[in-house]
Amino acid sequence: MKVTLPLHAIAHSRAGDKGNRSNLSLIAYQPAVYPYLLEQITEAKVLQLFAHKGASRVVRYRLDKLHALNFVIDNVLEGGVNDGLGLDGHGKTLSSLLLGLTIAVPDHLARHGENLSDEF
Amino acid sequence: MTDRTVNVAPSRTVFIGSGAGFAGDRFDAALPVVATLKNHSGPKYLIYEVMGERTLAIAQQLKRENPGQGYSPWLDRYLPQVLEQCVAHGIRIVANFGNANPQAAATRTHEIAAGLGIGHLRVAIVEGDDLLAYTEPGRLSKYPAIEGTDTDGRELHAANAYLGAQPVAQALSHDPHIVLVGRTTDAALVLGPLIHEFQWRTDDYSLLAAGTMAGHLLECGGQVSGGYFADPGYKDVDNLHELGFPIAEITADGDVVITKADHTGGRVDRATVTEQLLYEMHDPGEYLTPDVTLDISACEVQQIATDRVRVSGAIGRPPPATLKVTLSVDGGWLGEAEISYAGLNALPRAQLAAHTVRKRIALLGMNEPCRVEIIGTGSVHDDDTSSKAGDLNAAASGEYRVRAAVRSASKANAQQLADEILALYCCGPAAGGGVRQSVTAQVSTASILVERDWVEAHTSTRLVME
Repeated sequence: MKVTLPLHAIAHSRAGDKGNRSNLSLIAYQPAVYPYLLEQITEAKVLQLFAHKGASRVVRYRLDKLHALNFVIDNVLEGGVNDGLGLDGHGKTLSSLLLGLTIAVPDHLARHGENLSDEF
Repeated sequence: MTDRTVNVAPSRTVFIGSGAGFAGDRFDAALPVVATLKNHSGPKYLIYEVMGERTLAIAQQLKRENPGQGYSPWLDRYLPQVLEQCVAHGIRIVANFGNANPQAAATRTHEIAAGLGIGHLRVAIVEGDDLLAYTEPGRLSKYPAIEGTDTDGRELHAANAYLGAQPVAQALSHDPHIVLVGRTTDAALVLGPLIHEFQWRTDDYSLLAAGTMAGHLLECGGQVSGGYFADPGYKDVDNLHELGFPIAEITADGDVVITKADHTGGRVDRATVTEQLLYEMHDPGEYLTPDVTLDISACEVQQIATDRVRVSGAIGRPPPATLKVTLSVDGGWLGEAEISYAGLNALPRAQLAAHTVRKRIALLGMNEPCRVEIIGTGSVHDDDTSSKAGDLNAAASGEYRVRAAVRSASKANAQQLADEILALYCCGPAAGGGVRQSVTAQVSTASILVERDWVEAHTSTRLVME
């Protein structure tokens, strides 16, 4: 049986910036979750998540040995740290927005971060 | 044919610790790193990475006004507390305290040493990253920007090339206690010492890749050892108040182990190291540096003991024929102001305040792009038009903060918007409080690529005497 839960429960992320471009890593806590990230967290889905901020293109890179993905998102920072008007010009908080996406995984893979969950 | 493997000495380990990962990093984080490095035998280094594009542009201006200025203001914050111990225990310091003026940083370092009673301090500097020192600005404006603002026709405040690790290694050949650089890649602060210690050749790409990867992992200080990582209940970190900064242990054959200072908080494991490995990484197969094109796409991160992680599998290819140069121009003014609403019906009052400010912007005919938002409604994830503000279903009562921001070439206009928030005290909704406002000069940047030979012909290292 599968459960649907936020990415936050089964993966972690960090944002980096260069100019008006952001990169967001997405790292599975357990290797067994990685295929589900590959299957469901697509470039299109991430582009849609950041479309309101002006994101124009998403490229997803695979790091199979790290069970991680790296999303590079163009024009998502509304000018970035030197030219933007928002409080978070670096887009440091965008990793938390990514982790709000939901994913369906088999219930035995459900977690609460690094910890075993008794919620699912 | 020479067989380079025959005469290689038993694999030595170089220990490189981080004392700061950005300008503003915790001021005493280096102390446990120094205390740990002291106990190691072998070459030992302490690096500080404290440069930013914005601070560099400001520093260039300070230097133009006074040739003794323009070095990092963080030099005085970080260096005095470690200098004596580093000299006494053979820990060499490699730092970008030079900022826009490595020569002035060296002079200041000698003053600090004299104040501490340290005689005969050897300070080496790297120069050549500052293109405005040897070229006309007009020549630089001919290069197309690969990212950033349009600099055409605008006065350049700074133009600095990212130098690689070779000049850092060359500076170390003067046998200094401390090397002060301006703009280099952050990883060069780590790779430079490795090239110096192991005599890695410029075409030892797999070794240069391993060293660059180690530098990338160390360049943000505690971000690899449990800083910027904790998410309570999901991924926990002990004792962030005494976060241990990282130490890399690297051997001549490119083995890289990341650990941290003894008796500190934080953690070094697969999760913390993987986050930092991918930090500010775009194509993992092509991380461009002046020394090597690094490919981490096949890297592995392996926990070998508590707070000890081996990172392997870095692949190196030849570096690009160009160097990245950051151009800085006047970015006008940023005007910002905020006001709080709290308690019952706070959100409708905050919304009325935001609506009122938007009406004022229209009434005053301000043409600059403005952002008016309500902190507490998911604004940091929202866009400049607050298009998602309704999605969160924020509670009517609670605590909200209205914020307005504008960028303008006119300081008066930037101040005007900030003053519209201030005026809400008497002209806005009930019970607004806690206005803070600021109007600050801004720097805009663009990146260009220039021929490396040109920059390298102007790059030099030397010892600066007392």
